[in-house]
Amino acid sequence: MNMKLKSFRIGGIHPVENKLTSDVQTKVAELPKKAIFPLSQHIGTPAKPVVNKGDHVKVGQMIAASGGFVSAPILSSVSGTILKIDSVFDATGYRKPAIIIKVDGDEWIDSIDRSDKLEKLSEHSEFTSEEIIKRIKDAGITGMGGAGFPTYIKLTPPSGNTAEYVIINGVECEPYITSDYRLMMEHPDEILVGIELLMKATNVKLVFIGIEDNKPEAIKLLSDKCHLDYPSISVVALKQKYPQGGEKQLVDAILGRRVPAPPAIPVNVGAIVQNVGTAFAVYEAVMKHKPLIERYTTVTGKKLSGPCNFKVRIGTPVSDLIEACGGLPDGSNKILAGGPMMGKSLTTTEVPICKGTNAVTILSDAEARRKDPQPCIRCAKCVSACPMGLEPFLIATLSAMRNWDKSEKEDIISCIECGSCQYTCPAHRPLLDNIRLGKSTVMGIIKARNAVNKKETNDGK
Amino acid sequence: MMANKLIISLSPHVHGNDSVERNMYSVIIALLPAMLVSFFYFGIGSVIVLSVSVLSCIFFEWSITKYILRRERNTIHDGSAIVTGLLLGMNLPSNLPIWIIIIGALVSIGIAKMTFGGLGNNPFNPALVGRCFLLISFPAQMTSWPVSGQLLKYADAITGATPLSIMKHAIKSGDSSVLGQLPDSLHLLLGNNINGGAGTIGEVCALALIAGLVYMLFRKVITWHIPISIIATVFIFSGLMHMANPIYANPLSEVLSGGLMLGAIFMATDYVTSPMSHNGQLVYGVFIGLLTIIIRNWGAYPEGMSFAILIMNAFTPLINTYIKPKRFGEISK
Amino acid sequence: MNFILIAVIVLCLIALVSALILYLCSKKFAVHEDPRISEVAALLPQANCGGCGFPGCSGMADALVKAADKGSIKGLTCPVGGLEVMTHVANTLNLSYAQTEPKIAVVRCNGACSYRPKTNEYSGMLTCSAINICGTGETNCGYGCLGCGDCVSACQFNAIHINEKTKLPQVDENKCTSCGACVTACPRDIIELRKKGPKGRRVFVSCVNSEKGPHALKSCKVACIGCGKCEEVCPFGAISIKENLSYIDYEICRSCRKCERVCPTNAILTVNFPVAKDKKMESQVKQIVAQKL
Repeated sequence: MNMKLKSFRIGGIHPVENKLTSDVQTKVAELPKKAIFPLSQHIGTPAKPVVNKGDHVKVGQMIAASGGFVSAPILSSVSGTILKIDSVFDATGYRKPAIIIKVDGDEWIDSIDRSDKLEKLSEHSEFTSEEIIKRIKDAGITGMGGAGFPTYIKLTPPSGNTAEYVIINGVECEPYITSDYRLMMEHPDEILVGIELLMKATNVKLVFIGIEDNKPEAIKLLSDKCHLDYPSISVVALKQKYPQGGEKQLVDAILGRRVPAPPAIPVNVGAIVQNVGTAFAVYEAVMKHKPLIERYTTVTGKKLSGPCNFKVRIGTPVSDLIEACGGLPDGSNKILAGGPMMGKSLTTTEVPICKGTNAVTILSDAEARRKDPQPCIRCAKCVSACPMGLEPFLIATLSAMRNWDKSEKEDIISCIECGSCQYTCPAHRPLLDNIRLGKSTVMGIIKARNAVNKKETNDGK
Repeated sequence: MMANKLIISLSPHVHGNDSVERNMYSVIIALLPAMLVSFFYFGIGSVIVLSVSVLSCIFFEWSITKYILRRERNTIHDGSAIVTGLLLGMNLPSNLPIWIIIIGALVSIGIAKMTFGGLGNNPFNPALVGRCFLLISFPAQMTSWPVSGQLLKYADAITGATPLSIMKHAIKSGDSSVLGQLPDSLHLLLGNNINGGAGTIGEVCALALIAGLVYMLFRKVITWHIPISIIATVFIFSGLMHMANPIYANPLSEVLSGGLMLGAIFMATDYVTSPMSHNGQLVYGVFIGLLTIIIRNWGAYPEGMSFAILIMNAFTPLINTYIKPKRFGEISK
Repeated sequence: MNFILIAVIVLCLIALVSALILYLCSKKFAVHEDPRISEVAALLPQANCGGCGFPGCSGMADALVKAADKGSIKGLTCPVGGLEVMTHVANTLNLSYAQTEPKIAVVRCNGACSYRPKTNEYSGMLTCSAINICGTGETNCGYGCLGCGDCVSACQFNAIHINEKTKLPQVDENKCTSCGACVTACPRDIIELRKKGPKGRRVFVSCVNSEKGPHALKSCKVACIGCGKCEEVCPFGAISIKENLSYIDYEICRSCRKCERVCPTNAILTVNFPVAKDKKMESQVKQIVAQKL
């Protein structure tokens, strides 16, 4: 590469990559015996069940409907009988309501096109922007990068904002995770058609696909295809730095535009960011009538005997996948849903794969435990690492001292919880733990204050 | 077989390989060239001073942590006591009596560091507090500089003038020809054993200190902001003074003489007492440079670096409050 | 001599001028405050604990005077000073004061290690608020006490400590002032301010787990399973079951302890009652003694 690679401008760290599974061909995971569907797999109101105990369901059938405006339906990824609607442990570490299905066979609903034929947008001029968004909504598609924001809402920007660009996030900056990479290597054509659908849905003329330079083969594969058939899509190679895949950092790197502090979102500067897995799911939903029922997930860990990438049905318990990789290693283990920087630790292996579970990472022995913290040595390495230009040592201490006013003044709500500060801290201080607590408390205070102000303005009218 | 319980915690779940120990020991390695050069120039005197300083700093930190603060974990393992000991020793002449060195270590560790709560809490650089305390309490012993080359002499070493004392003499007498006695810049860079080549243990060889700076930048222990801003400010300001009046020494000599290199590279970059944002560090460095030259040219002491750094240490909390890093998405006004 | 005289006169003049300036400033820039506020503030305990709901004792004094102007200080109480202080304050403001019943902090969780098995190992910052975000904690109960002592750190009166054996917080009856700091500090709302009760006797449900019975019981042997037996048996209607959890209203409860006897999981605790006598044993002993005499 002659050109200097783009990247975001403030902060960032370089964790060890450990991409153990980048060259492993994706396997199709076996169907589980029991599939578990938590009703809250997305940001927003949990879905509401539309089935009862004993009902028989097929693959692709709706089992829970959207619960509100910001919500998404859940469609069954297996065929079988509804065993019960009960609370189970999910990745949050608490019991949450879920639908549990006893799997029986693999019967799909008739409307889904299961063929491998590549359907191009040029052959389907009947799709309007509204039709595409409706199909995305009915398919229950939410952000596949991990956060899980309902996609159809993201594609309809609030009034006053127009989207100029769509940015596809193929960065995968977290260590260990290779699911997006394998998806790009194995289904590039479908992803590109999915991107075209997103362009049509949002009426955007230009798309950028951001990929880190540690994935040169994916960059070449997609660039070549774009040059041939898709002139309005271009691949942008980005410098490998964490958290390159953060929405705001990605928009800064590719467009040079910085999204202001919350409540601002990327569409306020004209960009809509979607994960590459979401683009693939959009293709399947619109072209194949296939709702979001399976995803690519990496199951990895240094002590696992056979780490690999799976194409897995949503609802499969994590224990099934770990068994398929050789079983849980001996000794102490920490199982994460997601990568090691932002993933959530699981309390049990019976937690299911959800719509946003891009990886299952197993850390073992010494790596699984934290070291004891020492006093802050004021080295300011956390300040250098923070990609949002904050002062982690300061807001962590203010949160621990419960000084919410000063935390708010120090822009604690801008924190994206990437963990770069705690990763860097030489004294092993629990910076992000404190900041998280402060951030949620301050956001609650702001919400309450806005509600009071709104009421006062309404009363005054 | 009863499986081990799964471990749970909050993200992030991995940590970089940085640690307090790694940073402190990197500083010690960065000081090695200057230490070895000092053994070469000042011989056994330098060995005695450095080892007494380091050992007494470690002893005081260990005993105060264990018996007075009564903490469970003793902090001597993190290496910061060793660094303080080395830096204190580097700031002393190589013929300083042992009992004075021990008092210096007690003040550095006991008063400047442990009374505030240990590593991370002190407002002033401990080594400099110790050094300035000794300078004020024992001015005669602290301003007699053995000439380099006397490898086996300790207490009875012959003393001589330092480059800074020559510069002070030139200013006081108003006679710029006195500056002709200064060693040339190459000798100041490499250290020397001709007349006028005396000084504290750590300050004679600028090249060794620069080697340490390069190592610390490479290991990402410090960033360039403080050393470069201090050196650049000193160079520019003393250059302006030299052009205005030739009794003031030329900028290259000012930069290479005295404790400037040692101070700019090792003392001002101390984590605990320097500002936390890059812009703040630049402001900090500029003011240290200005104060150093002001004290050197117009103050009573020939060397201004230690006082300049201590004065700016007092301003660090103010700099931290008012100079913040630029926030992502901040609209530039 | 001249010099000394001049110096003395100059200094005296400077002192006089400064005093005049200060006097004028103190008059011109004086902040008018109702003198009653400082009178009342002086009577308060100066703990500045916030237990009254106002920012410190001066805030409380301000509120008391404002309320007095409206005619009544009902509803305002200083939990630390108690009846004595409030009566003094009422007298100063020429009002009467009715005593409210004293309250105490009650920890509504009995999930000690022996009842609530550990299912995970937590690695990280040991505060209840951090573990609460992580998940249910080291046990399977997502509502129970996490034992890290956020409540202990919040208490300004040294009235709550973690019991070494059970790893649960224990409230010292004599020191608790019901200021409410521990209630706010607990991320799971386990601690509640309840009436101390006559002779310090009170009855409460020692569980806040809202999960369905089978789940709650699997996590902890003494959990409330929401079976409703207590609600049935209470003669005063003080107990209500909401979301699989029983709650005893302390305003209505008369401490008859019928609910404690029927609870299948021993989730209801009674405090400060005398130990029940075994009547049959007592009468047998009396007979033997009578025979001997």
